[in-house]
Amino acid sequence: MTRLPETTQKKLGLVIDLDTCVGCHACVTACKGWNTENYGVPLSDTGAYGSEPVGTFLNRIHSYEVEPTGGGCSQTVHFPKSCLHCEDAPCVTVCPTGASYKRSEDGIVLVNEDACIGCGLCAWACPYGARELDLAAGVMKKCTLCVDRIYNENLPEEDRVPACVRTCPAGARHFGDFADPESNVSKLTAERGGIDLMPEQGTKPVNKYLPPRPKDQMKDMDVLTPLIEPVCEEPKGFLAWLDKRLEAL
Amino acid sequence: MHPAPSVIIFTVLSGLGFGLLTFLGLGLPEATGWAAFFYFAAGFALAVGGLLAATFHLGNPQRALKAFTQWQTSWLSREAWLSTAALIVLGVYAFAAVFFNASITLLGWLGAFLSLATVVATAMIYAQLKTVPRWNHWLTPLHLLTISLAGGAMLAQQTGAAAVLLLFAGAVQIFHWVLGDRRFEERGHTIETATGLGDRGKARLFEPPHTGSNYLLKEMAFVVGRKHAQKLRLISFVAMIVLPLVIVVLLPMNPFTAVIATLFYLAGAFASRWLFFAEAQHVVSLYYGASGSNPPYQPSLSR
Ligand code: SF4
Ligand code: SF4
Ligand code: SF4
Repeated sequence: MTRLPETTQKKLGLVIDLDTCVGCHACVTACKGWNTENYGVPLSDTGAYGSEPVGTFLNRIHSYEVEPTGGGCSQTVHFPKSCLHCEDAPCVTVCPTGASYKRSEDGIVLVNEDACIGCGLCAWACPYGARELDLAAGVMKKCTLCVDRIYNENLPEEDRVPACVRTCPAGARHFGDFADPESNVSKLTAERGGIDLMPEQGTKPVNKYLPPRPKDQMKDMDVLTPLIEPVCEEPKGFLAWLDKRLEAL
Repeated sequence: MHPAPSVIIFTVLSGLGFGLLTFLGLGLPEATGWAAFFYFAAGFALAVGGLLAATFHLGNPQRALKAFTQWQTSWLSREAWLSTAALIVLGVYAFAAVFFNASITLLGWLGAFLSLATVVATAMIYAQLKTVPRWNHWLTPLHLLTISLAGGAMLAQQTGAAAVLLLFAGAVQIFHWVLGDRRFEERGHTIETATGLGDRGKARLFEPPHTGSNYLLKEMAFVVGRKHAQKLRLISFVAMIVLPLVIVVLLPMNPFTAVIATLFYLAGAFASRWLFFAEAQHVVSLYYGASGSNPPYQPSLSR
């Protein structure tokens, strides 16, 4: 049903820490690996070994360079992007078939692939590029928040988090319930000033992004530094011998 | 946005078809017998042909009936209902007109109203998208509606209506182009708001997430050169508005001139609709480094 729930009991989502993400793409691989063999049809690749490989992914890492306004070194920011499970999800309301829906119990936005006609309108409606039509199956794919892991009692407890969160070597992705002010994600968002992407689109994303801290500044150098006596003049002993040998080469 | 031929053909042909059916439903001209047969055959062929072309755009067309379920929220679903209702109502009206020489006026009006509503619903599919600022405006339904009615008036050989509607459609087209050019910037979407990095400085794309292409780039990061677009606008305007207007105003209206005028109109309308998609910039292009006049990342395929 493409009518959005007025409220959801939980607001499950991710916090993505732009300060710690190292841009290794491990979450991209883990996401593709888990989701290609679980929820729905596989995430297909076309021409994987050809000159123009194209594939379906639910999570992608952009990298940006930011030039600070006040001058100084520019900063590289790795930027993971998957579905933000928006509260006012425009991708859901445009769907003609009811294939796209937002769950009232936990707020996860999903696609029922058996009902999807592959019109692509939901991908047009998403500002964030979080939906990709699978070219082989002709149905819409998107992040499921690993709905088949987080409630899965067949998995050991520590694995009941999204694949991307579980795999991130830098601890840059956190999973939790934003409806609970005491949850890890709510606290992180409050402490670090988590933000919404493209807030002017009015989608009210659940996922939050923690801004990178500004780069450290180099301490001013003492004006007398160039006048300091060198600590070591000429090498002696073994080093002197090595120096000579190398010179002779 | 990627100008997919199936969607361009669909919106132009079914727009023209429902434009013609609107006039036929209003009894302009009030045709019966064979004349009615040819008029309605043209209207239905265009409308249905366009709708069929649209299904080529779907990944799983065999489930198309499911698109009728979500009329409460989805314009695409409403379009499915309205177009079907229009075709059924006018089918009955046409049957009576062709075989019983009878015009059931109220049924015709209802059919005309449903035809108009279908064109508006189609336009709303695009106009509702906040992600495509150029489309997200009330001028978009007005644009598609006036184009479709102007074409319909020509095929229905309504000289006066055709002339007035062509002028109106031309004016709306120009506004849609000129105001549309500014809309993306007016909305204030930038790479800085997209990434949330704006408070620390100027951001640019350092590396795209993938070396090849993907669905998003193919579907939503289409770029057309500005000069190229200006030329095409001119060609489209002359073919779609100016030439048909000259024919409608200066030559006597008969089926032959009506068809010639409509052919010019169709050529121009296809160009206009191509531009409608090609010039529309989706906000996702910001994540791929689009800014101002800079195009988004496109993989270089020459290796
Ligand atoms: S990020 Fe895109 S796909 Fe996900 S809920 Fe929001 S609008 Fe829908
Ligand atoms: S592609 Fe599928 S999920 Fe998306 S709007 Fe169309 S039918 Fe709905
Ligand atoms: S939550 Fe699961 S589906 Fe979503 S990006 Fe992470 S791994 Fe992929």
